[in-house]
Amino acid sequence: MASDNNIIKIENLKREFVVGGEIVHALRGVSFNIQSGEFVTIMGTSGSGKSTLLNLIGCLDTPTSGNYYLDGYSVREMNRNERAEMRNRKIGFVFQSYNLLPKTTCIENAELPLMYNSSISAKQRKEKAIEALESVGLQSRLMHKSNQLSGGQQQRVAIARALVNDPVIILADEATGNLDTRTSYEILTLFQKLHRKGRTIIFVTHNPELASFSSRNIVLRDGRVIQDEQNSDIASAEQILATLPKEENE
Amino acid sequence: MNIANLFRIAFRAINNNKLRAILTMLGIIIGVASVITMLAIGQGTKESIIGNIEQMGSNMITIRPGADMRGPVRQSSADMQSLKYEDYEAILKECTYVAEATPMVNTSGQVIYGNNNTPTSIYGVNDSYLNIRKLEIDKGEMFTETDIKTSAKVCVIGKTVLDNLFPNGEDPIGQNIRINKIPFKIIGTLVAKGDNNMGMDQDDLILAPFSAVQKRMLSITHLNSIIVSAVNEEMSEAAIEEITEVLRNQHKKKATDEDDFSIHSQQEMMEMMSSTTGMLTLLLASIAGISLLVGGIGIMNIMFVSVTERTKEIGLRMSIGAKGKDILWQFLIEAILISVAGGLIGVLLGVSLAFIIEHFAHIAVAIQVYTVILSFSICTAIGIFFGWYPAKKASNLDPIEALRYE
Repeated sequence: MASDNNIIKIENLKREFVVGGEIVHALRGVSFNIQSGEFVTIMGTSGSGKSTLLNLIGCLDTPTSGNYYLDGYSVREMNRNERAEMRNRKIGFVFQSYNLLPKTTCIENAELPLMYNSSISAKQRKEKAIEALESVGLQSRLMHKSNQLSGGQQQRVAIARALVNDPVIILADEATGNLDTRTSYEILTLFQKLHRKGRTIIFVTHNPELASFSSRNIVLRDGRVIQDEQNSDIASAEQILATLPKEENE
Repeated sequence: MNIANLFRIAFRAINNNKLRAILTMLGIIIGVASVITMLAIGQGTKESIIGNIEQMGSNMITIRPGADMRGPVRQSSADMQSLKYEDYEAILKECTYVAEATPMVNTSGQVIYGNNNTPTSIYGVNDSYLNIRKLEIDKGEMFTETDIKTSAKVCVIGKTVLDNLFPNGEDPIGQNIRINKIPFKIIGTLVAKGDNNMGMDQDDLILAPFSAVQKRMLSITHLNSIIVSAVNEEMSEAAIEEITEVLRNQHKKKATDEDDFSIHSQQEMMEMMSSTTGMLTLLLASIAGISLLVGGIGIMNIMFVSVTERTKEIGLRMSIGAKGKDILWQFLIEAILISVAGGLIGVLLGVSLAFIIEHFAHIAVAIQVYTVILSFSICTAIGIFFGWYPAKKASNLDPIEALRYE
């Protein structure tokens, strides 16, 4: 599958839930491909199905019908353990609320995905974690505990954790949702930097402002894709950041 | 996922919640410590009782006249005159499992020397009595067969009698004392044995040739009892059978007749004592076991709280690739680590507690390695048993739900 350069192939994906005896159609047939090196925002209001789509792309859930190929593997036919392994090797998650382990150092947080990969030694694990933390600009805070960090720093650790297993795709779920404007732009700058380095990123958000920073924009409504277009004029988060007034406490 | 990583993860989780882990351990610590202490006390008591019985001669067998019917009236066994010197001779001659034997007549009375007097028991025996009862001569010597044949008025006295009659430490050998007004010459003293396990003073006695006591003091022809020793402890049963056979022949009993004597071995005594202390040990241990169980339930409780509290963490771990069994093992190992650590501390505490009790309360304790190993394995099993359900619950969580959990 790698020949056509598609990291993600989604074909007529449907997902239904039974809630209180009624069938809720969260996704009513979604199809798109995402190629390596794209920075895609998936946008939609609450109830549009974007969380469901994110869960499916993230191999946390399986579709009711339709096909989903991640890096050439058909996720739909996978069992629980195979999907867990898929998440471990192919995906890096970044959450809105960071989800770091409390009272745990940056290195220990960042190396966490590798703990579930027995082919990586303790030494390699630490090296990779430090490398990932350096790439998000936290080289001076390696041994800090998660509760000693600001929100922006915590999200950087979370991004380092998403990078540590060298995933084919980074899935960010409202990754700037808990951050103030300035810190949001810092994190966006980081994502853009990662994108320039060739990372494939999917950024799920309800905030339409963020669309201008990505290379492609998919909009969902009521379980269907209503808009899917390339963005040729990518705004630079770094430039906007420079225009923002500097705050003393950061 | 390799085991080392699982241990690392579980260890970090415990480390992050030290207070809670220690409080959980407390239940196990108390449980294990009390099991070990209680078993040590039980075993110690048992060993000291057995030691005491062995001190009296563990292969000793006592034959007493049995209660018998005189017409319609059942007689007190002490009044019976059915044991004779000939019975003693027959036992000694015919029983192959009997090593030594002594006839015995006993009485009690006031013993006087100079200005001092004391009440004591007087045992009329032969020279084998020392070996049978494991007594030793301290000073002087034991009376001989000649003394027995001549019914010589000589005696050997115990430490208590010695102290009461000779409070100033005079040499008792060769002195004459009066037992119930009859003069006896002291020819030896016994090595002190102390109290037995029933609190009886084993040194408050006088030994004299049985013939002298029988004829000169009591003027009787029968014996109060016959004491024999089996060749060894294991042969006690066989010896009892032989003696029964011999005595029934001696007394010309028909097959349907009741025995007119009773035979008791130390073996029986020991079994009775062991079963009593065994019961005591079992009781103590089961109470302690219950506290261990409660400790285990404490672990389950905490693990449940822990799983609920860390639902989001579980969700995260699953989202970054932890499989159900990784989560299961993480929580299971956590539970096992807590219970094993608690078990280790409990073992140390229990052992030191046992020694403290021995030192300050003067209760004999004996720690057996198997009890330590047993309680340790039990608490590991408890960790697995009570950790399993919460861990299973954690591993079955849906990652999406778990991530959304607040």
